[in-house]
Amino acid sequence: MSALFLARLQFAFTICFHFLFPAMTLGTALIILISESLYLIKKDEAYKKITDFLVKLLGLIFVVGAATGIVMEFSFGTNWSGYSRAVGDIFGPILAAEGVIAFFLESVFLGVLLYGRGKTSPGVYWLSALLVFIGGHLSAFWIVVANSWMQTPAGYVIGESGKIILGNFADAVFNPSTVVRYVHTILASWVTSAVMVAGIAGYYVRKGLHGQTARTMLKVGIILFALTPLLQLGAGHAHAVKVINMQPEKAAAMEGHFNTMKGAPIYALGYVDVENQKTYGIYIPRGLSFLYNFDWNSEIKGLNDYPREDWPPVNFVFQVYHIMVGAGALMIALGLLGAYLLWRGKLYENRKYLFILPFLIPLPHIAHETGWIAAEVGRQPWIIYKLMKTSQSASVVVSAGEITFSLVMFALIYLLLAVIFLKIFIKIVQKGPAA
Amino acid sequence: MEYIQNYQTLWFFLILILFIGYSVLDGFDLGIGALLPFLGKSREEKDILINSIGPVWDGNEVWLITGGGALFAAFPHAYATAFSGFYLAMMLVLFALIFRAVSMEFRAYDEPRALIWEKAFIAGSALATVLFGVALGNVIYGVPLDDQMEFTGNFFTLLRPVPLLFGITGLAAVLLQGATYAVMKTEGELQKRSFRAVGILTVVNIVTAVIYFFTLVVTFDDMVTNWVFYLGVLFTMLWLSAIFFSVRHQNESAPFWESSFALMGLWLVAAAVHFPNLIKADNDPLLSLTIYNSSTGLQTLKVMSVIALVGMPMVLAYTIFVYRIFKGKAKASMHY
Ligand code: HDD
Ligand code: HEM
Ligand code: HEM
Repeated sequence: MSALFLARLQFAFTICFHFLFPAMTLGTALIILISESLYLIKKDEAYKKITDFLVKLLGLIFVVGAATGIVMEFSFGTNWSGYSRAVGDIFGPILAAEGVIAFFLESVFLGVLLYGRGKTSPGVYWLSALLVFIGGHLSAFWIVVANSWMQTPAGYVIGESGKIILGNFADAVFNPSTVVRYVHTILASWVTSAVMVAGIAGYYVRKGLHGQTARTMLKVGIILFALTPLLQLGAGHAHAVKVINMQPEKAAAMEGHFNTMKGAPIYALGYVDVENQKTYGIYIPRGLSFLYNFDWNSEIKGLNDYPREDWPPVNFVFQVYHIMVGAGALMIALGLLGAYLLWRGKLYENRKYLFILPFLIPLPHIAHETGWIAAEVGRQPWIIYKLMKTSQSASVVVSAGEITFSLVMFALIYLLLAVIFLKIFIKIVQKGPAA
Repeated sequence: MEYIQNYQTLWFFLILILFIGYSVLDGFDLGIGALLPFLGKSREEKDILINSIGPVWDGNEVWLITGGGALFAAFPHAYATAFSGFYLAMMLVLFALIFRAVSMEFRAYDEPRALIWEKAFIAGSALATVLFGVALGNVIYGVPLDDQMEFTGNFFTLLRPVPLLFGITGLAAVLLQGATYAVMKTEGELQKRSFRAVGILTVVNIVTAVIYFFTLVVTFDDMVTNWVFYLGVLFTMLWLSAIFFSVRHQNESAPFWESSFALMGLWLVAAAVHFPNLIKADNDPLLSLTIYNSSTGLQTLKVMSVIALVGMPMVLAYTIFVYRIFKGKAKASMHY
């Protein structure tokens, strides 16, 4: 196996693992902020217990996120030094801004959330919850900026010897896909934690544990679970339109769409036969055209408009993309069902629904990971869309043997982290919100 | 031309400040980690020591992340050359940092394996510290580079005596940071033991610092006339000696500050030797990566300066605010 392939494998593995954790922190920070605010307003002890319980989980999630995040930052120097040399002008300041503007804020005030109850006034404690929320969302902002710039580069000029130089920082930051991608990613993280909290609380309620606290927690979780996937549908739609406009061959790969035509279909499920340029499956005729601009006859570009060597792996991108959308659709249905049960006052008694809830916890993670994989693999062979190929970006001095060693080590260490993380997570859940 | 050089010089010093901030702040929690078996004799004492850094260690580590980001943004070639060139060493740093970070949390919850996580915490702290020193030693002492700015040595190139000496000097300094912090945050028996450790480690630091200075004077011929070098030496030695007086007067917090200043002196010496190099080439000085041939463009450096000058004062302000919340002695049962 070539060093390039191994480097990609290592990057994909380590980023997918890292992202499991930030995906949970952002939404958890939101729910903590909500429950701590409600505690200050209503003075209801149940909210305080929810905060304290979620803070314990957040501490655990955060520490694994931070430990695996440093790997990502280092990886640009260790594995992608060609990339770093070429784009230091733009990518560098974005990562540095993330540190100065976001990570400090989040980490420093997380210390207060974890250890500060009773050491500071309720006001300062609440402020810390707010600042952890803001810090986390700012850090996600900057990393999404970095990624969006790779997808839809802007604000740069090409200098002597082909180097990419910063032109206008604001244009680079607010490149065409930043805002849609940010909204979509943040909502995805909120969905993740909404389902996590609803799942845990659903388990408590079904087992008759933690009385009122568990019910309150379930209520908060279900309301968010009903709202966020619906909002996500809108954000996902906006995102899809952006991709059709900015990266038409990626959009075509996501739908297995080969020939440019008016009235293109959209698939719910399917399989792409790239050799014969055929896509099989269940589809809505003219659906893609309609969703693009609400005109059943609008024209959608197909893969054949682009050189074959610039296609991503089409069937793979199609599949992962459809897993995300399918998971999203399933969650919309289940979230609305929960809200309906809550509205009719049947939620706490519906044992079937409560039984299913904990098993949904992985679902948003699956949507999240497959969504990123669709976005990143769909961009291939480019590392920076239309500017630089992935094959030019790897470190020249790092051998396949060295990467094999590090990859095996990461696999072992992350497996260990995953196992211990789950054990402790379950232990904290079993202990539950303290009386 | 003059103009961009001002920014390049500014960024050399801003990154230096970030690394100093990292070594002073994360230095004390790395030091607590490496000293844990020597200072903490019972489970309770170890809990106290770990709790003393619990609320702050993660914020301290962000100094490293931001320093790395700043290096990437200002001098991407140095970042790319060092991180890819020292690949295996960097991976070891990462493994050490991962274990160190999670082990504090895991130790508290994963009872059956608490002792294993404790060992991981100790080993991770010590290993990361030594490797940082060795890496710094290598870029200062010089490594073989080609005309594409790529490192041409291997893992064992990194393990030469002079860079190893940097590793040992750094470890000694970080241990002293940890011991002086322990003196400030503990009481009773534990504090007495920490005071003793400070005494011993101060002597060790004086020895390592003298060897370090001496080696630099012998290795770099222009040192003899470099006044910043002497300033750094003087600074380090004065603050190290001051620790003896503070220990004699049982002053709880002064040793920490004195140790921090002494550490800054070591950095000042390193910077005096190194400037304007970022990675010295020992095969041909003309191949060295300097602040002039490895930096990003003027526009990037300007944007970064704005971010740093607006952002860092705010970071400092709220960091101090939070440290004040956790002022006072650490307790055994502080864990949430
Ligand atoms: C809980 C997670 C989740 C859910 C339910 C959805 N998505 Fe998503 N999606 C993501 C999580 C995500 C993501 C992981 O956050 C991605 C990866 C890159 C990005 O910006 O967001 C993403 C990417 C992504 C892209 C590709 C962007 C690109 O290539 O740059 C499109 C077109 C959509 N989404 C569209 C949708 C649609 C139509 C959904 C219907 C409900 C949907 N997403 C649900
Ligand atoms: C957090 C969720 C993310 C996931 C799950 C993810 C996943 C992936 C995957 C699977 C690849 C490999 C593509 C291939 O080799 O065919 C990849 C490539 C890459 N992604 Fe992402 N990515 C994520 C976010 C980001 C972000 C935010 C950035 C930018 C900061 C980024 C930068 C890169 C880079 C530099 C590569 C190059 C390696 C390569 O193309 O193989 N990714 N990513
Ligand atoms: C969209 C994708 C990503 C998001 C939203 C994200 C977000 C976050 C967040 C919120 C944290 C704080 C720790 C935590 O909550 O667990 C974190 C940690 C970290 N992430 Fe990511 N990240 C993403 C991908 C990446 C990538 C591609 C990199 C590489 C540059 C990276 C680098 C880091 C670093 C260095 C940390 C440690 C920060 C600390 O100690 O507080 N992240 N990330």
